[in-house]
Amino acid sequence: MNEHESEHILSYGFLAQILGGLVLLTAITVGVSYIDWGFLNVPIALFVASSKATLVLLFFMHIKYEGMVIKVSFISTMLVLAFLISFTFWDVAFR
Amino acid sequence: MEKAIDKTGVKIGMWIFLYSEVILFGGLFVLYAAYFHAFPEDFALGGKELNRIFGTANTLVLLISSFTVAASITAIQQRRKGLAIGLLVFSLLCGLTFLINKYFEWGAKFHHDLYPNSDRLLDSDPGFNIFFGLYYTITGLHGLHVIIGMVLLAISLVLVARNKISAERYAMLENSGLYWHLVDLIWIFVFPLFYLVL
Repeated sequence: MNEHESEHILSYGFLAQILGGLVLLTAITVGVSYIDWGFLNVPIALFVASSKATLVLLFFMHIKYEGMVIKVSFISTMLVLAFLISFTFWDVAFR
Repeated sequence: MEKAIDKTGVKIGMWIFLYSEVILFGGLFVLYAAYFHAFPEDFALGGKELNRIFGTANTLVLLISSFTVAASITAIQQRRKGLAIGLLVFSLLCGLTFLINKYFEWGAKFHHDLYPNSDRLLDSDPGFNIFFGLYYTITGLHGLHVIIGMVLLAISLVLVARNKISAERYAMLENSGLYWHLVDLIWIFVFPLFYLVL
């Protein structure tokens, strides 16, 4: 990795904007939770949570500015997790 | 001769550890999903016992502390030591606030006779008991991570104060920050699953 990538400095204003986005998404997820969307309750909540997680990972955790090793290994971990969850749930749901 | 520091290597090591944490909590979420599928009504009853306001407050506390930890790294990079120390102290106070909230939240559950092996849980449907089993396991393990994260941040704080962490060398702060963000990340999923969707 070159020096520029590891020394990437994020401004306070930019970090504050990310925080603002996270608080807004929290307000949205709490707000919509007072309405019953039926079977969509879980997908809506997980979609908002995943959006928040993406903001934290990309900017607070700097993944956007990391080299290929961390990016690829992170995506691989997410794939393993997706397999773990989806295959187990398949088994449970259609048993 | 100065010792060479492999900054990328240090960070990769931390990330590999974080992956193992992701899979650990991922396994617990699978358990939650499977039992939620088996006992949807009992889970809905259990979810009604949890306080949405407490959950939201703790979510905001963790999000704000994640921001201040990220900002403390910027402060170190800009050689603003005082600011970095202030931001870290604030983050530690946020962690403490989270734990105090959790203490009152768990206390309220205990008061309502909802704790592992309590008479109320033993007499209720198995799904209701399982819901609270998962609630205590997942929030308890998460709370343990908050405590570990606070210890790491406190060590970083001391090292910043002693100039051991500086604009040239701040891997310890960066890795403690990564751990703290992971704690935040896990809560981002715990919060809707226990407090909102049911």
